[in-house]
Amino acid sequence: MKQRLALLGAALAIVANLSTPSARAETVLRVAMTAGDIPLTAGIPDQGFEGWRFVGYNLYDSLVLWDLSRGDRIADIKPGLATGWSVDPANNRRWIFQLRQDVKFHDGSPFTAQDVVWNFERFTKEGTPQFNPRQFAFARGYLTNFESVEVVDAHTVAFTTKQPDSLFPYNLSFLMMVSPRRSAEVGNDADAFARNPSGTGPYRFARMVPGERLELVRNADYWDKARIPRHDRLVLLPMPEASTRVASLLSGQVDWIEAPPPDAIPRLRSSRMQIVTNPYPHNWAYQLNFVDGPFADIRVRRAANHALNRADMKEMLGGVALEGYATLPPSTAYYGNPVRYEYDPAKARALLQEAGCMPCQITFAISTSGSGQMQPMPMNELVKSQLEAAGFRVNLQVMDWNALLQLGREGRERHQGVNGINISRATQDPFNGMLRFVASSQAAPRGSNWGHYNSPEMDALINEALSTFDEERRLPILARIHEKMSEDAVMLWVAHDLNPRAMSPRVRGFVQAQSWFQDLTPITVEAR
Amino acid sequence: MFGYILRRLLSAVPIAFGVSVVCFLLVYLAPGDPVQTLLPPDADAETVAQVKRMYGLDQPLPVQYLTWLGRVMVGDFGRSIATGRPVADEIFRSLGNTVLLAGLSVLVAFSIAFVLGTIAGRHAGGWLDRVVTGVAVVGVSVPNYWLGIVLVIIFSVEMMALPASGMGDGRFDPTSWEHVQYLILPVITLSMIPVGIIARTTRSAVSEVMNQEFVTTLRANGLPEWRVLRHALKNALPPVLAVMGLQFGTLMGGSILVETVFSWPGSGFLLSKAILTRDIPVLQGTILVLALIFVFTNLTVDLFQSSVDPRIRRA
Repeated sequence: MKQRLALLGAALAIVANLSTPSARAETVLRVAMTAGDIPLTAGIPDQGFEGWRFVGYNLYDSLVLWDLSRGDRIADIKPGLATGWSVDPANNRRWIFQLRQDVKFHDGSPFTAQDVVWNFERFTKEGTPQFNPRQFAFARGYLTNFESVEVVDAHTVAFTTKQPDSLFPYNLSFLMMVSPRRSAEVGNDADAFARNPSGTGPYRFARMVPGERLELVRNADYWDKARIPRHDRLVLLPMPEASTRVASLLSGQVDWIEAPPPDAIPRLRSSRMQIVTNPYPHNWAYQLNFVDGPFADIRVRRAANHALNRADMKEMLGGVALEGYATLPPSTAYYGNPVRYEYDPAKARALLQEAGCMPCQITFAISTSGSGQMQPMPMNELVKSQLEAAGFRVNLQVMDWNALLQLGREGRERHQGVNGINISRATQDPFNGMLRFVASSQAAPRGSNWGHYNSPEMDALINEALSTFDEERRLPILARIHEKMSEDAVMLWVAHDLNPRAMSPRVRGFVQAQSWFQDLTPITVEAR
Repeated sequence: MFGYILRRLLSAVPIAFGVSVVCFLLVYLAPGDPVQTLLPPDADAETVAQVKRMYGLDQPLPVQYLTWLGRVMVGDFGRSIATGRPVADEIFRSLGNTVLLAGLSVLVAFSIAFVLGTIAGRHAGGWLDRVVTGVAVVGVSVPNYWLGIVLVIIFSVEMMALPASGMGDGRFDPTSWEHVQYLILPVITLSMIPVGIIARTTRSAVSEVMNQEFVTTLRANGLPEWRVLRHALKNALPPVLAVMGLQFGTLMGGSILVETVFSWPGSGFLLSKAILTRDIPVLQGTILVLALIFVFTNLTVDLFQSSVDPRIRRA
């Protein structure tokens, strides 16, 4: 009997030993992206803002980062590799940036002012050994106002802009700082660097299978101690097909999927998956033609805005959208108090009668798919039927996403038969959210003012905002610009996406920021 | 025989380049810009022009085509605009995955369909024949991307028995369940259409042979029925092999939808990504290689057929 008891005891001890693992198992977060390929790992990523979200801001830092720690308002910038910045009191085209000390690249080399200049030469200076045409292509959109950068001391740099530009720091948030030492080790070959990258970000590169997966691991030495990842490994998988992402989450192959289709959300919920949504700076609208055709008349623009029943649109999208009444979502700091074009088809008809456009023939250029376009076909059909119910006759000119982008770049001059274009836009900062659509200097093909809106009053407001370097004083001017965009009905506003993502019940600690970018570092993954 | 092979090989060259010219022009006829993938959607026209210059895409079309052709002749397919990686690497890595998928699917399809088709052909007109023909019609008619999604819902989502996407982590190991499990659903999906086609071909070939005089002679000589069937099958095989080869070629180039549904990193998936991003070097390289594979598959099938069927050699 004693022997038996001893045996039982030993057996129990063994079982107990088995159930308490000697070493903590590695925690892994597996993410299915909508991208068709792994975003570029050699600095500024490709694959749009999804590339920045998952690769750019994880492997690298920029001088200026986005504050993604809260979900109750549209995210704004915060210090990154620079601890602070200010405009030179003697010269409002010169910006002084103080750099963070004690930052090290993943290869161990220290981050200094010299590295900032080296990186800007990589973006802009043809002929330097590190110059890279792809990085040039990605960076250029953010450097249109950049003139030069110089070292002031080991931890200070000074930028000079072409025009006074109070919004200049926003542009720096998109420019990733890579390690000059690693670049030199691989002979400044950007492809070799992409296979073995070195940045300063919260994750280090672990391994990559091109086209299939990218694995990053925690950088335990990250300079921002609050943002050292709380899981060991991050696996990023490109999965462009929406139903494949949903199936992969439901079958436990991944823990997190981007953009589940709205009609799959009830199914995901019933399987105990977490669905998160939040507004973010996204605008699904039509930019209008202010020169040719009926939208040159403000009454027609207002009529179109009154003709839309946005609640219907929201319902059609399964509730995963915000009704779009203005260019920016209401949680933006400079939203102001814009006029609200409520659904009123009778008023829309009256305005059209007054403008002498009944029925009012219009043509919209739209795409069948595309980044941020949500569900373009059914959404455009609904807009068309609502507009037609109020006296418009709508012709939808359907094209491929690339073709629509090209049409958008070329501007109204070459497309006078088109009265509006449906390109959804990222509106994360004042310039990209508002100014580029309404500044006369941004008239296409130079910029994104596709329909050549031109208002001296608006231009004056824009100039005032760009030359007001005090943030507190700039905010009301920006709000005024937003309000004036609504007064002038510069777009036909429809919806703001709510950016749904779905994750397994094992994923904890995620705060969805109101941003195109997200912070994955606080996430913990429970054991299965 | 050698002259025949050489003739067939040489005739493949103009076909391949005819294909390359057509696809080159088609890519340019479609609107949009190959450098789009390099730029944020909001890039202004000047930036686009500058980047096009850097990539040599501002040159006239014939110049671009000839430059490309010159490099391809020495095996250099250039670099992908979207990823910057050498196109040859991209193609051959993904091609291996597609060969695995398509090859296995055709083998599975052949094994099933040949049995089904023989049963149907042997009992032509009977109820077994009608059942098999029904199965074949369903196999050919069901859209395979739809079937793929349904299989995923049943086996991955509901039963959680098989993975829904990808081909697993690390180098593919055909002896390990960790990897083999990823093959099952795509192979079933992809083999459905060839099952239908091969079964129908086998059925008609077998039933035709069974009605020939030599079968009557064999039976009159008192041969057991299974030996009669063996003789009949040997005669029915050539057209079936031809169809099977063609199916392999079709699957190599035509698995785009299935590969997309399963995120299978093969050449179809590569091609669909290249089309969406207007990645011209990848597009041209992949189409050229796939066209060559199709041509050589046909050639192989012809040679194989002539070894099975002496009548072809004599012709």
